[in-house]
Amino acid sequence: MAAKRAERLVNLVIALLSTRQYVTAARIRATVPGYEADDGTDRADEAFKRMFERDKAELREMGVPLETGRTSVFDTEDGYRIARADYELPEIHLTGEEAAAVGLALRLWESAQLAGAAQSALVKLKAAGVAVDSSRSLPIQPRLDRGEAAFEPCYAAARDRRELHFDYRRPDEDTAVRRHVQPWGVVAWHGRWYLVGFDLDRQADRVFRLSRVAGTPKATGPSGAFDPPADLDLTAVVARQAGGQEHLVVLRARPGTAVGLRRRATSLGPADDGAGGVEDRLQLSTTEPWALADELAAYGADVVVEAPTEIRDAVIDRLTRLAALGGSA
Amino acid sequence: MNASSTTDRMTRLLALVPYLSARPGGVALGEAARDFGVTERQVRSDLELLWMCGLPGYGPGDLIDVSFEGDRVRVTFSAGMVRPLRLTTDEAVALVVALRTLLELPGLAERDAVGRALAKVSTATGDAAERVTPVAVSVDAREETLTVVRGALEDRRALHLHYYVPTRDERTERTVDPMQLLLVEGRWYLEAWCRRAEGVRLFRLDRVDDVAVLDDPAAPPPEATSRNVDDGVYRPEPDAPAVRLRLARAARWVADYYPVEDVAPVEDPPGGLAVTVRTADLAWARRLVASLGGNALVDEPADIGTQVAAEARAALARYGLSPGDAG
Repeated sequence: MAAKRAERLVNLVIALLSTRQYVTAARIRATVPGYEADDGTDRADEAFKRMFERDKAELREMGVPLETGRTSVFDTEDGYRIARADYELPEIHLTGEEAAAVGLALRLWESAQLAGAAQSALVKLKAAGVAVDSSRSLPIQPRLDRGEAAFEPCYAAARDRRELHFDYRRPDEDTAVRRHVQPWGVVAWHGRWYLVGFDLDRQADRVFRLSRVAGTPKATGPSGAFDPPADLDLTAVVARQAGGQEHLVVLRARPGTAVGLRRRATSLGPADDGAGGVEDRLQLSTTEPWALADELAAYGADVVVEAPTEIRDAVIDRLTRLAALGGSA
Repeated sequence: MNASSTTDRMTRLLALVPYLSARPGGVALGEAARDFGVTERQVRSDLELLWMCGLPGYGPGDLIDVSFEGDRVRVTFSAGMVRPLRLTTDEAVALVVALRTLLELPGLAERDAVGRALAKVSTATGDAAERVTPVAVSVDAREETLTVVRGALEDRRALHLHYYVPTRDERTERTVDPMQLLLVEGRWYLEAWCRRAEGVRLFRLDRVDDVAVLDDPAAPPPEATSRNVDDGVYRPEPDAPAVRLRLARAARWVADYYPVEDVAPVEDPPGGLAVTVRTADLAWARRLVASLGGNALVDEPADIGTQVAAEARAALARYGLSPGDAG
């Protein structure tokens, strides 16, 4: 940023912090250095107006609580001021241990948006007199939001409460479908990121896995366009919906095979393998039947699904397509 | 200069005077630079700018005043800039969600301090935190395993693991020298020197079926160096044989998940993606292709396609089907 503009903005903040009166734009123009002087021409007026609008937008963007209003009923136009109590970070005293916890916490973020915010939060805490030791290390390297392209736009839209649309591809659908959502928030659950919100097309709460979003989600319309439910618990919504319906699957596995399935299966005892041998009958519970069908198909001839029919058929369908990979038999 | 660097500099400029006001004894320039994460030169240039700013009137007594004593800097007049600007929503979210996440981590010795810090920060963030926080993190962890592993790291002891290897679908036993715990995309990994493989390995904690702390001290050899997981937990193997796949739309996620090269869109299958994965572990590649249920076509090595297809035909036979019957 040009040093001149930075200087003008700092002076503007100091000037508006130092007064309880609302200061008109004309007065600001006359006192704060760096604004186009009033030489009576429209050109100069226009230049000032543009500059001042940009400066106000920049300060608001940074979170400076710029108020507009009139000091007395005799004022003919609105003025500006910054209420010190709204501007200043409240007192915060952290012990060395607490400050270390903050330093560690702020290293959890990877995405530019929240990592940048973490860095500026740290700067403000240090400016408030907190000695944050960010060099302290634990044998932990946490990473929260790595490599999820849809994270930032979804987060920003949920923060600003703007409507969002994006193309979403369910694994059981071939093409992506455009979805229109009032985003409530993003949730990391079982190692995956989800968007939780109100689906405007389906008129119901929905949970979307960020990795299934195709392209970049787009926010539209004004900020503050909706309110999430007052008693919203984001994680609970994901647990309820992403969890989905529980399916019980019964299958047979050859002895000593399908170690991965056995880790989470219940044994139902020995079973006839249909060819004079004995194998193990297992029961599994899943909330993601298609992912399980992928996994079961990958076990090949070691595993045979008995029930339910839909999963048995899904596995047969996958095997049939796999059988075509090597050309015709 | 882009918008974010404008905001970064303004945030710093508005914080610098309060920072110095909070340290009336003065601060070494180098320390201030470290605290703000910029160079000493940048701090100096910021101070020179602030020197020109102050209260309306802008006379000698109105301007911000900074004094240098050797390399120490001190503010002598703050022009009313005594407290930093309050936290923005993003800053409050970054802080509050991260602290809540730490609080969820089992076995964290600093849990009390984290809890107290969270309470204080929540008070200080005020409005920004009162709104529904648009981010939540629920950490997936086997509490017992994580606690045992953390204990071993702190006491520098070796571990005996029963570890499930999905690529070979087998349970292995091994003795490892723990190096560090990593949380990547919500999953915990133990980085350790594996005495059996004689190399540094990552062990996903939810695949550890059993863990025991040994009396043996942890002694990773000097050549055991931590790996950078910034680009994911799968390390590309540049010299390994190439496995060339064509991914159908439903399998395109593979290109995001594993290190791949030579990525190119293809017409067959429609909307597909050609990728090359380099791996010496062909059993892994076979399993990957099989788990994609026909959504990946194998161009090279052709054996993989043939083997997967043969296994699928054998499986179909167990359902009493031959490939021609189904579908």
